[in-house]
Amino acid sequence: MAAPCVSCYAALSYRLFLGGRVSLSPNQGVWKAAAAELQTGTGSQILRLRHTTGVSTKKNVAALRRETYTVDFIKKQIEEFNIGKRHLANMMGEDPETFTQEDIDKAIAYLFPSGLFEKQARPIMKHPEQIFPKQRAIQWGEDGRPFHFLFYTGKQAYYSLMHEAYGKLLEVEKRQNKLQAKGLFSEKTKTKDLIDSRWLIKEELEEMLVEKLSDQDYAQFIRLLERLLTLHCGSEEEFVQRFRRSVTVQSKKQLIEPVQYDEQGMAFSTSKGKRKSAKAEAIVYGHGSGRIKVNGIDYLLYFPVTQDREQLMFPFHFLDRLGKHDTTCTVSGGGRSSQAGAIRLAVARALCSFVTEEEVEWMRQAGLLTADPRVKERKKPGQEGARRKFTWKKR
Amino acid sequence: MLLGRAAGCARPAGGAWPRALRPPLLGTATPGRARPGGRTLAGAAIPAVGEPEGSTDVSHNILSEPLKHSDFFNVKELFSVRSLFNARVHLGHKAGCRHRFMEPYIFGSRLGQDIIDLEQTAVHLQLALNFTAHVAYRKGIILFVSRNRQFSHLIETTAHDCGEYAHTRYFKGGLLTNSSLLLGSMVRLPDLIIFLHTLNNVFEPHVAVRDAAKMHIPTVGIVDTNCNPCLITYPIPGNDDSPPAVHLFCRLFRTTINRAKQKRRQIEALYELQGKEGPGARGQGPAASPSLKA
Repeated sequence: MAAPCVSCYAALSYRLFLGGRVSLSPNQGVWKAAAAELQTGTGSQILRLRHTTGVSTKKNVAALRRETYTVDFIKKQIEEFNIGKRHLANMMGEDPETFTQEDIDKAIAYLFPSGLFEKQARPIMKHPEQIFPKQRAIQWGEDGRPFHFLFYTGKQAYYSLMHEAYGKLLEVEKRQNKLQAKGLFSEKTKTKDLIDSRWLIKEELEEMLVEKLSDQDYAQFIRLLERLLTLHCGSEEEFVQRFRRSVTVQSKKQLIEPVQYDEQGMAFSTSKGKRKSAKAEAIVYGHGSGRIKVNGIDYLLYFPVTQDREQLMFPFHFLDRLGKHDTTCTVSGGGRSSQAGAIRLAVARALCSFVTEEEVEWMRQAGLLTADPRVKERKKPGQEGARRKFTWKKR
Repeated sequence: MLLGRAAGCARPAGGAWPRALRPPLLGTATPGRARPGGRTLAGAAIPAVGEPEGSTDVSHNILSEPLKHSDFFNVKELFSVRSLFNARVHLGHKAGCRHRFMEPYIFGSRLGQDIIDLEQTAVHLQLALNFTAHVAYRKGIILFVSRNRQFSHLIETTAHDCGEYAHTRYFKGGLLTNSSLLLGSMVRLPDLIIFLHTLNNVFEPHVAVRDAAKMHIPTVGIVDTNCNPCLITYPIPGNDDSPPAVHLFCRLFRTTINRAKQKRRQIEALYELQGKEGPGARGQGPAASPSLKA
């Protein structure tokens, strides 16, 4: 009896995990087959012949997936959604007028608690535009004439965008030529810094145009926009901005120590740094003559090797402030080189408080403010060191 | 299969051939039951859109009236041999690039450069513009095709200004022959294709020339001295590389199409007025509601 029950269970579990909108008709065949098995019980060899009913072929499944939603259907769905939203608000005791999507999500999670791990399998109630994929309406009118003048190219949205962008490029060039002819053209670069935005990615552009693009198409479009940018267009900024998305600038998250003042009124800043197992603390004074003291000893005597002293001087050298600050540091642990690295990090962090935000960003990009994460890798069994294997002997 | 276009046969000046001998021109809609004139892939005619019964004669007149004149839209006045010369339409490529079938249209060659015979060009241009005007008058779909990237933007703008369609991009293989897959089922194909450049970027004949001939779509094309005029219904021998020449041709096509559409609107308005006045004047007076609508 075990064999028929197992196949039954398999059929059931297949039904449950389908998800989405799968209509019942192709699967009724599976139910019928399972029911037939349960009824007749023994004689599984005879029953195997009955499994052929209602099995959905690949063709049917594909047709089910490519359902086209008419405009009327979507409108009806939107109306039903709005009415349902008001009912839900009444049920929860909230005001139907100010019931937002977040409230809907909370209400559904409360009314239909689900223990499923897959978030997309839980019950949802969202606006139909987010559930049904965006589709293109019929592209031509009653007389058969297409609406868009680039319909016969196949990719009308993409090519019309290219046409528009190229038109703007020509306009800008013409305007600049006129200005140059009159002699009013100034070479000043008015381009604002675009460091806080990035170009749209291909998926975002496809979503915007509701059309499939190839990689070459996308690259061509970005190249055209870059070319438009190099022409210092002032008026086409909004057109270009439509295709840029903002990106959080990393340096804003940098912690800057506040400047402190001692008894004589001298400004100083304290900060810590680490490298391997060396820990350092540095105090950088606002004005000075470039003296550096490490653990009470002058750095020339503490670090006999030039390389270590260069590491200490690097933050000052980068900001062109070599002889302008006095530094006092304490360091412990590690070796010669790691102590130098730790002091370098501490000094760079301390210098941030005396310096503009732009210079802080430059320091961050130069790598002065990043702690070096490298530590000694552990030795593994079966090997001589972390990476070194034992000598391989052929025999 | 093309009717009666032997390569290189010299065509007499327009109108010189008697009607019986004139080769049947592809795509001329026969006068009769008025339809929007489109053909679908299966060859079935598109059903007429909402026509009341009494207007059959009216629409019959609207469509047959222009066919009784040889130059109903007066396209001759839009250009002259002198204006073609000023736009450098007569300049061809070097003699080494010459296509064998273009020899009848070439006037001669100067310093190795072929010169196109503008008298013949004028004749062909008049025929082509006349045909375009008739197609536009009958509300046909006109598609401008070119693969020259220098003038792509200009041609697309021209097409947009006329209210017609353009395709100056990469031409996908089965666009005309396999349109139900690429463009959608039950799509209406163009009724006329105008080639401003017959060759593509590798100096081979554009695929659309052959495909239009396969799909029985008439073509108008500007053929330069290195092009093959064989499969084009209304070739216009002329220069397709100089900016003034291409600008001139774009302007000519735009003017003819706009003129033809305007004429159609005028004539429809005229017949509508006549239809209102006709039955209204008989009995009840000018306040009667119009019963006949074209």
